[in-house]
Amino acid sequence: MSSVSESLKSPVLFERPQALADVLTNYCPGCSHGIIQRLVAEAIDDLEIEGRTVGVCPVGCSVTAYDFYNCDMAQAAHGRAPAVATGMKRAHPENIIFTYQGDGDLASIGMAETVHAATRGENITVFFVNNAIYGMTGGQMAPTSIPGQVTQTSPYGRDVTTAGYPIRVCELLSTLDGTALAQRVTVDCPKNVRIAKKAIKKAFEYQIERRGFSIIEIVATCPTNWGLSPDAAFKWLDENLLPYYPLGVHCDRPAEAAAAAEQGDKDPAKPPVLVDQVAVRTPQQARTDA
Amino acid sequence: MDKPMNIMLAGFGGQGILFAGKIIANAGLIDGREISWLPSYGPEMRGGTANCSVVLSDEVIGSPLVTTPDVLIAMNLPSYERFINSVVPGGVVIADSTMVGSCTMRRDIEYFAIPATALAEKNEIQGLANVICIGKLLALTGFSSEDVVKQAIDKSVSAKHQDLAEANKRALQIGEAWATSEC
Amino acid sequence: MAEKVLMKGNEALAEAAVRAGCKLFFGYPITPQTEVAAYMSKRLPKVEGGVYLQAESEVAAINMVYGASASGARVMTSSSSPGVSLKQEGISYLIGSDLPALIVNIQRGGPGLGGIQPSQADYWQATRAVGHGDGHIIVLAPSTVQEMADLVALAFELGDKYRMPAMILADGLLGQMMEPVVLPDVLDSAALPDKPWALTGHQGQRRHQTINSLHLDAQELENSIIRRFERYETVRLVEQRAECYLTDDADVVVVAYGAASRVVRSAVNHARDEGLKVGLIRPITLWPFPTQAIDLQIEKSQAFLAVEFSMGQMVDDVRLVVNGRRPVSFFAHTGGIVPTPEEVVVAIRRVIAGEQIDIVPFKSKLTGDRA
Repeated sequence: MSSVSESLKSPVLFERPQALADVLTNYCPGCSHGIIQRLVAEAIDDLEIEGRTVGVCPVGCSVTAYDFYNCDMAQAAHGRAPAVATGMKRAHPENIIFTYQGDGDLASIGMAETVHAATRGENITVFFVNNAIYGMTGGQMAPTSIPGQVTQTSPYGRDVTTAGYPIRVCELLSTLDGTALAQRVTVDCPKNVRIAKKAIKKAFEYQIERRGFSIIEIVATCPTNWGLSPDAAFKWLDENLLPYYPLGVHCDRPAEAAAAAEQGDKDPAKPPVLVDQVAVRTPQQARTDA
Repeated sequence: MDKPMNIMLAGFGGQGILFAGKIIANAGLIDGREISWLPSYGPEMRGGTANCSVVLSDEVIGSPLVTTPDVLIAMNLPSYERFINSVVPGGVVIADSTMVGSCTMRRDIEYFAIPATALAEKNEIQGLANVICIGKLLALTGFSSEDVVKQAIDKSVSAKHQDLAEANKRALQIGEAWATSEC
Repeated sequence: MAEKVLMKGNEALAEAAVRAGCKLFFGYPITPQTEVAAYMSKRLPKVEGGVYLQAESEVAAINMVYGASASGARVMTSSSSPGVSLKQEGISYLIGSDLPALIVNIQRGGPGLGGIQPSQADYWQATRAVGHGDGHIIVLAPSTVQEMADLVALAFELGDKYRMPAMILADGLLGQMMEPVVLPDVLDSAALPDKPWALTGHQGQRRHQTINSLHLDAQELENSIIRRFERYETVRLVEQRAECYLTDDADVVVVAYGAASRVVRSAVNHARDEGLKVGLIRPITLWPFPTQAIDLQIEKSQAFLAVEFSMGQMVDDVRLVVNGRRPVSFFAHTGGIVPTPEEVVVAIRRVIAGEQIDIVPFKSKLTGDRA
């Protein structure tokens, strides 16, 4: 008997991250959320920030994430996580605040909150899980469903003449001066999982360094609502979603500024993330000050 | 105990109607009386007519909205036309006669015409016709003392514009000294 | 005694909030509350840890409030009627998550874009339907600039004590007018209550916490609502506030709150000069409604008259308390029209003469039944 228990004491090669709670997941088999939430937890562990991290999960499949983390968590109204995170960050600037949002939440009902948190350069980190469908409500067309994609509410395939085009969130937010980092990743294979992990960690690091708004978009699968096996779902993602949503860094202003500085360019084309207070005033203000 | 005085000040936006009301209110504050100051707000302040209700009282003030004024200061014709019939019988009307006619049809009120805008220009204190009218009101009603109204001017003028206080005080005295004949 | 200063209601309210330890303000411009935001934008950057943030929308503003409150901060937002409608979702989440916060509604006429003149037409919204689901918020109704300042600290205090949002329900008249006010003392930050439930990060010192309004298990949800309503019951019993003015010998008592109560106070004084025995009950808490004060008055008076700047909303609460024991009459203007004291005196005369009246503007047009 003793030899059996001895043999069980083999070195630990893989374990649950500290920041992930020891509870049963309620996601569907093969869902990408499990991988992504684990990566977020690993990054929290790596940076040793669990004690000062607060997460916000709004409505959609992301909502139950508050059960899965060992850091403080708040649930938010549909689409409002960036606003809730703003309130938290402004109240406790020393804390690390992240949101965990799906595509309907972030890019449809919460688009105003997303864009304005980004343009304010709100020093928060947004994890955006884009699986091109509403998962929680049972598979309706999302703002990121691609042309021709069949969903419960686009039964003949998304028709761009009536339903319009999908939104490329990272590209959109890259145009805003307040966005420090906008990177799109996926978790379809070990190599891409490693890239995703690196991006997630970098986004947290940028917040720690007070660089402004970071968003990591993770292109993900929804095997249940796509009606595919987990394997086939990743294949469909590779063939259909990734051409529409190119992976990579869409905007990294601190890196651009550093590169420009290295080349001796003191006046980089794009404004730096942290713009110094510029003395622009209205005539009325000028009169008042005089 | 004096009877409450319900004052309506009215004119164009930019004539300093609300500021004039503030001087009266601040005088009441210094005198330790109950006061309320209520401006018209909204689109009216964007280039149209501006008006302001001020109540001076020795008792707790109920409605701060003056609908039947004891005193009307009318600084332009539309304001005169809008409010003249709401003045209580026996009430006092001070009209800037540069802007408003110097006569009224009403025979049951005391009507005083003072060319406040012209006086302000003549004395090179443009824009202080409002305070000239306050001076006239002070002389007519004694709603406070000259000394207190001068203190009220200091209080009403923002810290950044204290240099304007003297001109305001001069305007007050011009208004007080101006002899008008009742129409 | 501290010095009296002349201030606008909106500004006195904002300054009082800062003095009550509110360091965070999130809002969106709307008339006639804008002075609150403007004052805060000037004042809060000078306060250590102070944050003024103009949100992209009313919806975002109330959710920023949610985030700051969940973090344990004293926080507020202010708006006017159409803006408060937009905030209702967020207020419901605050209620469901047991979070305190101050919401100021400087009411204007509605529905829709309505007007910008003083109104009391959001009474039902504030006291009955401030968001979806079972729930209440504390609603306080100032009637003077002094109360605009004084009720702020009370709103924060009650909100923190009972872990529920509190609203100051005023209107354009109270917000825009100036009166002498003695500003409250600055609250010592040590006097702020502990909030062990707040999401401050566990710092390795305690178990992780969540702030949440989602309960997918129906029994769990019912239990949480019942626990909340038990708290509401305490609030109803101990937190009612009302002012009684000349009610002891009053044959007729007028019930009016906020700016309407000022018009009624003038009317009551005029009526008393005529020898009419009339008084005023002025609810200061609209939720909880001061049922006790009205209940105590029923033995003393023959009739009640509710006066509002709406088509008749608070009058429902008066009728619920009176419950048929006395006639309840009603007089109102709406849409931004402020009734004159003279009109109210006419209504009082008729009620004292034994009539039961129900005078609203549209009826006066149709039937000539104008007070």
